[in-house]
Amino acid sequence: MMIEALIAVCLIGSLAVLAAPNRYAGKLAFGVSLLPVVGSLWMFSTFDASGNALLADPAEIAFYTRETWIELGGLYTIDWHVGLDGISLPLVVLTTILTTLAIVSAWTPIDERQSQFYGLVLFLEAALIGVFAALDFFLWFVFWEAVLIPMYFLIGVWGGSRRKYAAIKMFIYTNVASLVMFIGFVALVFGLGLDTFNLADTAQALVLDGAEPDAAPWIDANTLKIFAFFAMFAGFAVKVPVVPVHTWLPDAHVEAPTPVSVLLAGVLLKMGTYALLRFNFTMLPDVATDFAVLIAVFAVVSVIYGAMLALAQQDLKRIVAYSSVSSMGYVILGLIAYTVYGVGGATFQMISHGLISGLMFMAVGVIYNATHTRMVTDMSGMADRMPVVVGIFIAGAFGYMGLPLMSGFAAEFFIFLGSFGAVDAIGSLAPLFTALAMFGIVIVAGYLLYAMQRTLFGPYDLDTDYEVGRAPVHDVLPLFVLLGLIILLGVAPDLIFEMITDAVDPILPGGDI
Amino acid sequence: MAEFGVLDVTTYEALAPLLLLAGTALLAFVIDSIDPDSTSHELIAGTAIGGTLLSLAFTAWYLLDGVGETPFLLFDSALVVDEMALFITFVVLSVTSLVLIGSYDYVHDMHHRGEYYSLVLLAATGMVTMAMANSLVTVFIALELASLPSYALVAYLKHNRGSVEAGLKYFLIGAVSSAIFLYGISLVYAATGSLLIPEIAGSLDNVLDEGILGIGILMMIGGVAYKTASVPFHFWAPEAYEGAPAPISAFLSSASKAAGFVIAFRIFVDAFPIAAMVDLGIEWMIAFQVLAVVTMILGNLAAAVQNNVKRMLAYSSIGHAGYALIGLAALSNTGGANELVLGGALMHLFVYGFMNTGAFLFLAMTEHWEIGRTFEDFNGLATQAPIASVAMSVFLVNLAGLPLGGGFWSKYVLFAGAVNNGFVWLAAIGAAASALSLYYYAKLMKAMWLEEPADDLSLPDTPTGLYVAIIAAAVVTVALLAAFGPVADTAVNAAASLLA
Repeated sequence: MMIEALIAVCLIGSLAVLAAPNRYAGKLAFGVSLLPVVGSLWMFSTFDASGNALLADPAEIAFYTRETWIELGGLYTIDWHVGLDGISLPLVVLTTILTTLAIVSAWTPIDERQSQFYGLVLFLEAALIGVFAALDFFLWFVFWEAVLIPMYFLIGVWGGSRRKYAAIKMFIYTNVASLVMFIGFVALVFGLGLDTFNLADTAQALVLDGAEPDAAPWIDANTLKIFAFFAMFAGFAVKVPVVPVHTWLPDAHVEAPTPVSVLLAGVLLKMGTYALLRFNFTMLPDVATDFAVLIAVFAVVSVIYGAMLALAQQDLKRIVAYSSVSSMGYVILGLIAYTVYGVGGATFQMISHGLISGLMFMAVGVIYNATHTRMVTDMSGMADRMPVVVGIFIAGAFGYMGLPLMSGFAAEFFIFLGSFGAVDAIGSLAPLFTALAMFGIVIVAGYLLYAMQRTLFGPYDLDTDYEVGRAPVHDVLPLFVLLGLIILLGVAPDLIFEMITDAVDPILPGGDI
Repeated sequence: MAEFGVLDVTTYEALAPLLLLAGTALLAFVIDSIDPDSTSHELIAGTAIGGTLLSLAFTAWYLLDGVGETPFLLFDSALVVDEMALFITFVVLSVTSLVLIGSYDYVHDMHHRGEYYSLVLLAATGMVTMAMANSLVTVFIALELASLPSYALVAYLKHNRGSVEAGLKYFLIGAVSSAIFLYGISLVYAATGSLLIPEIAGSLDNVLDEGILGIGILMMIGGVAYKTASVPFHFWAPEAYEGAPAPISAFLSSASKAAGFVIAFRIFVDAFPIAAMVDLGIEWMIAFQVLAVVTMILGNLAAAVQNNVKRMLAYSSIGHAGYALIGLAALSNTGGANELVLGGALMHLFVYGFMNTGAFLFLAMTEHWEIGRTFEDFNGLATQAPIASVAMSVFLVNLAGLPLGGGFWSKYVLFAGAVNNGFVWLAAIGAAASALSLYYYAKLMKAMWLEEPADDLSLPDTPTGLYVAIIAAAVVTVALLAAFGPVADTAVNAAASLLA
């Protein structure tokens, strides 16, 4: 019942914070959010990694609960069905930690309607934990959509000057995508004639039993599978986001307040890649393999194009935002490789990018709090005035570039190792795609160093009326926590990589699923 | 539900919800007529609300206890108390309770409060009778009993031109529709020689004239379409809902519609079974398919272009009638999921009863605060009334069918039933219409939460009754996400027993 407890704590806490006076809301939310952190770390320490969410025997997955939720006229049942494996557990831990840090980082910038803000953040946390834990499609979908509502308000109410535009764009993009995905998955299940929306059963039927969906006379099984694959792919690709459906992301990022950007880049984008792994790449591996080259092209284009866009930006936050597009491209490349290192590295990259992008957004946020500008052209020599924050910013940037002993290096190394050796899926083109994607690192280093050189170094100069002083301790502390985690995972990737590969193994060709 | 089976209800006891409600209506009237000038508002509102809640409690108890699994037939089968009747009675009474609670603040400073409560209760009595009617004559009488108080209620704000005009329009169109419906009944009687709904089905083998029967059925479809505000008989609805006091709009668009649907379901499923009608060459499902499609599309398109929030909700309510019509449109002779389709429609009416009533009661609250009706007038309302705005957002999100409450389930079951019965295109149109609806619901959310409030936006007071009703409706709507199982079971059972 640990998962239920985590979700319940967040929901009850969310209500409590909503009811609290604005002055105490931030502290109260921080206190509440520590409980899920402790809970998820306890789960992490007692975790039994032998299970996979989509394996046949449900008892093998950790923290498993399954209760009948709704039965519909004997036609099918919908269950409350949750559990965690080596892929989802690290994401839950990431969610709880980042939420707490995001709450702390919100203390300075959020100065109105605090109780609503923190209430929504905790509600968001509950939904995110649910997304990673749910094993029934409907339950999962409920959480998936529940993420949207707080996000809409968090961007729309507390965001920057174009917040309404950004919030609505995000809402419409991802909601339409969800509908397409929903239709795709439901068509697949109806076609299979299953009496449940259990994800494991669907995966079993498709992969182990080789069942072919057979929905209507006017569509043959293979076409339906391809349709379902691409409907789901389209839905998740928007969330990831993959070029060319990425345009909502920079707007959302730039307009969102810092703590929301942290959660958006750190956790929300992972929903897309996580769902791709769980649904598309696990359930329909044959379709994925058939279209592997196409998907790999999407991945590489996202990597290169996202990086090029970042290179062209003048706004620090926009630079970090576009770099997310690029980083998530690596994840797709790792997934399509269908090797232990590829898929495992992709999952590792989800965690690593969550930490690093969180760090970068927070650092940009702290600089913005002090200077009230994010434009590269408006400032120079910030290192003189904010040495600590700037130091952490540089360290985070090095993580982004993939310097050894930082988690980014481990993640990208695994992915490249995996995709280079991806003989089955993308075949002889694997080295080419890998090489192209690796070139992305050069651009990343380029735009980060270029931006840092202009803003952080040189003589101090600031083109606003604000006097830059030391950042408050509670602004800087989360940065240290994140940097510590980044280095920890960089030095000892096996802390999570082992459990990831345990869960990834059965999904691969020749595995159990 | 068998484990609850401790009740030994006799035939007349089965009428308890109906009798209680009628009794309360008369009691309210008596209390008010003793001394119309000084009757306390609390007393009369308390009587009305108490009686309705008691009746609701009886209905809930009967439903949980499984009363109605074997239908109770009364007055030579002119009334029937079965699961379907109890289910819709529950919906009607829930809406009535919420509306009465919400009305307390709304009519607080108005005249003729006693009549107001009595009329609402009488209309509700009529709607409950519609749910239980088993003969075409009872159907008609119940329809009139529900309609006549409604006309008066729409025109209740008699110094307001809009209200009076709406009442007049509603009355004229209602009278014409009643006449058409009655004429249809007479034709059906001429063709089959029977007025009892189950007997009509039995006499279909020796119908005198299929043509007369067909015209009769068509006219009855017209009557039903009017009552459920389905396109093309919907023209009265936006006017009436806009002109009426907002709690009455809630009442009419939720309870009255549910009652309209229950007579449609009973008449068409029970009296004119699909198999027999296909043999006769009268496929009434096609008429409902056309109605459902145009109602879903036109209702949602018209809602999308409104600037007036009340009209937007009125048109969206027409769109929702279109979804419920799928319950009849997607029935098929061969499909194996008929009870899911019909049950889905019942579920939708159930959830709709809470979310739509809540939404209109929210408008009642803004009317009480004398906030205008355009989207701009709602700008920044969340800064002043955050809790009510959260509740309203819950209703809007559920009306759109996002999975944050029961609105998601009911729509899903409805569409899934249609797909299972081979009507993928109906489900697709429904899904597309739902996706469109998100646009105009989100527009209102945007106004409330994201826009800056006007400088002079301040709310005079906190209307307790309206707050209670709105929060109760919101809590139920959200709780239905987790606790949808019993509703789904009951609805599917009710549908299955009707189809059997």
